Amino acid sequence: MSTAGDAPKRRGKAPAGERVADWADGRLGIYSLAKANMRKIFPDHWSFMLGEICLYSFIIIILTGVYLTLFFNPSMGEVEYHGAYVPMQGVHMSQAYASTLDISFDVRGGLLMRQIHHWAALVFLVGMFVHMMRVFFTGAFRKPREINWLFGFLLLVLGMFTGFTGYSLPDDLLSGTGVRFMEGAVLSVPVVGTYIAFFLFGGEFPGTDIIPRFFVAHVLLLPGIMLGLVVAHLILVFYHKHTQFAGPGRTEKNVVGMPLLPVYMAKAGGFFFLVFGVISVIAATFTINPIWVLGPYRPDQVSTNAQPDWYMGFSEGLIRAMPAWEMVLPGGYTLNLGVAIPLVVIFPLVLTSIAVYPFIESWITGDKREHHILDRPRNAPTRTAFGAAWISLYFLLLVGGGNDLWATHFNLSINAITWFVRIGFFVVPVVVFIVTKRICLGLQRRDREKVLHGRESGIIKRLPHGEFVEVHEPLSREQLHTLTAHEQYEPLEIGPETDENGVRRKVGPVQKLRARLSRGYYGEGSQIPKPTAEEFKELTSGHSHGH
Amino acid sequence: MSSHTGSHDVPDENLPAGREGAHGEAARAENPFADPGLPPHEPRVQDIDERAAKRSERTVALLFTVSILATIGFIASYVIFPIDQYVFIWPLGEISALNFSLGMTLGIALFCIGAGAVHWARTLMSDHELIGERHPIEADEPTRTQVLADFGQGAKESQLGRRKLIRNTMFGALAVVPLSGVVLLRDLGPLPEDKLRHTAWERGKLLVNQNTDEPLRPEDITVGSLVFAKPEGLEEGTHEFMAEIAKAAVMLVRLEPKDIKDKQELDWSHEGIVAYSRICTHVGCPVTLYEQQTHHVLCPCHQSTFDLADGARVIFGPAGHPLPQLRISVNEDGYLEAQGDFAEPVGPSFWERG
Repeated sequence: MSTAGDAPKRRGKAPAGERVADWADGRLGIYSLAKANMRKIFPDHWSFMLGEICLYSFIIIILTGVYLTLFFNPSMGEVEYHGAYVPMQGVHMSQAYASTLDISFDVRGGLLMRQIHHWAALVFLVGMFVHMMRVFFTGAFRKPREINWLFGFLLLVLGMFTGFTGYSLPDDLLSGTGVRFMEGAVLSVPVVGTYIAFFLFGGEFPGTDIIPRFFVAHVLLLPGIMLGLVVAHLILVFYHKHTQFAGPGRTEKNVVGMPLLPVYMAKAGGFFFLVFGVISVIAATFTINPIWVLGPYRPDQVSTNAQPDWYMGFSEGLIRAMPAWEMVLPGGYTLNLGVAIPLVVIFPLVLTSIAVYPFIESWITGDKREHHILDRPRNAPTRTAFGAAWISLYFLLLVGGGNDLWATHFNLSINAITWFVRIGFFVVPVVVFIVTKRICLGLQRRDREKVLHGRESGIIKRLPHGEFVEVHEPLSREQLHTLTAHEQYEPLEIGPETDENGVRRKVGPVQKLRARLSRGYYGEGSQIPKPTAEEFKELTSGHSHGH
Repeated sequence: MSSHTGSHDVPDENLPAGREGAHGEAARAENPFADPGLPPHEPRVQDIDERAAKRSERTVALLFTVSILATIGFIASYVIFPIDQYVFIWPLGEISALNFSLGMTLGIALFCIGAGAVHWARTLMSDHELIGERHPIEADEPTRTQVLADFGQGAKESQLGRRKLIRNTMFGALAVVPLSGVVLLRDLGPLPEDKLRHTAWERGKLLVNQNTDEPLRPEDITVGSLVFAKPEGLEEGTHEFMAEIAKAAVMLVRLEPKDIKDKQELDWSHEGIVAYSRICTHVGCPVTLYEQQTHHVLCPCHQSTFDLADGARVIFGPAGHPLPQLRISVNEDGYLEAQGDFAEPVGPSFWERG
């Protein structure tokens, strides 16, 4: 510090920014924090920006949502409308609906904010689904990231319910029908359903409490929890350091990419503006949720094509496809299985299966190591097949949820579509599972071929005796490494039934199940052995004069 | 890798060998698949040609300038366009001028900032790939031992394990204290009691046409028509209207008495006019779509289909039981009236329904 070079600097005034930073460091210790993070390396891949879309649309939702609360009146008090929208004048409606009309027709830019808010919510949910698919299919949920997977899962579920409570707030005919649906679902809960419904609605449906209560859940409770989860999610992303795909120079012990400052600051910061800009343009050009067309809610009115927002569509499909099972138990109690099974049993199961998957897979593999190199989906065929089967089920139920739209748009029988969904619920995921696994194995075989025999160059050579052969070009060292970098598990062996003394070993049913699953994941027919160095050398040395 | 699996309990017998152990030139000769290391950096055109770099700089500056102009355009649009002006814009149609101009200018202003920043990062900022090290998340063995020992020490000093009386009462107190919060939730709503079993209908109440607010006579209802009715005295805009209509809404159709297959339905009808609850027994949507020739009604929400000529039996869809029928007759003035409330609860079924 006392060298000649430093002395004048100390005497002169440091730049203003530096002085502010010094001040903050003395109180917050920002230099130590920045030392670890300012030049933190982030790997680059297009699929890594999917999570960013979620983060940015979440911020956009909060910004526009705060604006909307300035004008929205979450009350179910009855008023007669006298605002700017002529067709509704004189109509009885709740203050919630009337203030939503005011936001749309009396507040300049209010409609734009409403539309950005709703579009951003749809993008948020789509983003989370696709981001989770990326994480799932590349195995990024493996140790040490299982907890972050759970955080993400909770964000998805909370996002769905925040969306539901949000689009119910305007108290229009469509969303009110959705709330009635929810009441029916709650009533179907055995034993306590009626009580939950009365407590939730503050009495009989619809009452005057549900919109104010949804409002509190939508603007305070749920987003508060989500904000906490988002922060925790990001802290863990920083702490674990981002995963990367296999490639030259990339190992389990390093992370290769660009530094946070400046490249990712600029790219990620810029991407926020790109997302916001695109959503603004969409909101400027495409109407979403035109509540003024639908009219205020009345329990004795309904419109056709009543569909929830897309992310709730699979529950709609479940309820539409479920057969009408209702029984009266001895003692005079009704068990409404037709509603309870899809909404109280299957709906949570479909979601929970996402949450628990990482733990099931790590139990099957028994792998307790950290994983930072991502799998290509083809190299984990069973996992990929499970994921694809889940997605196919989800989309099938979306079809079921819109069975009336399919019927009217494609001139089909609605009964036939419903039956298709009922049967497909059991058949489609199985078929998709098998097909996906086979496709993965095919791709693995192709990788193997490429490594051992090189890439098809498209050049045809005629040999002296007239035979035509295609010239294969050997892969570069980088490509060879990338295509063979993945690990292949051996299936778990239970071992012989008896030990060396001929005494029967005890193997519990759980161990047996684990071994079975492990065979299904990694046994014969579930992965193509990757080429070994020996195979490669034998082929290349033997054919060095050939191709 | 297996030196640092960190697993304190699990053997690695069936795990793959891992990627390690194949570095350096010697290993590479041995293993053709070995990691060749990070490929050399390939310069971009902006790295070698200052004119290209200048071009990038101008592009970025242009994008930022466009953004500034778009923001000015946003403010101008806010001032210029009245909120109720609609213009035709191909191919979007007749749309709000204000919403369109505000959204487009805001979108352009934001997008150009983003595009500028990304272009700057991609063309001008260094694109040398850097390598960061990863460190195992798990603490090393001395730290682990130390923490566990500290915890043991702390636990011991608290004497929690030794003084069972304190421990048990403390857990007890902590377990019951949230009950206060649960009790406070009691007033969220009244108890259900038998509220779901009763509607606004009672003996002698007239059936009032929902569209005209006039009491209905049998001759108002022609064969094949569908009429929505509410009980007399239920006025729109009043406080209880929503809750009452959510249970009391009925529909009336006139069938040929010979077409009615269900005996009770015939007994509860008047000259072939039958009154049924409109609240779907599935999850409570109002059943509205009527097929005149088949006498089927269909719920538009989940497509439960009921046969009105056969006791509103469910013939398709997820509804679990028929729509309840309202028993009607004609009073001495010739108006349709209810003979009582519904015999069973209307709407979705619930646990206590029976």
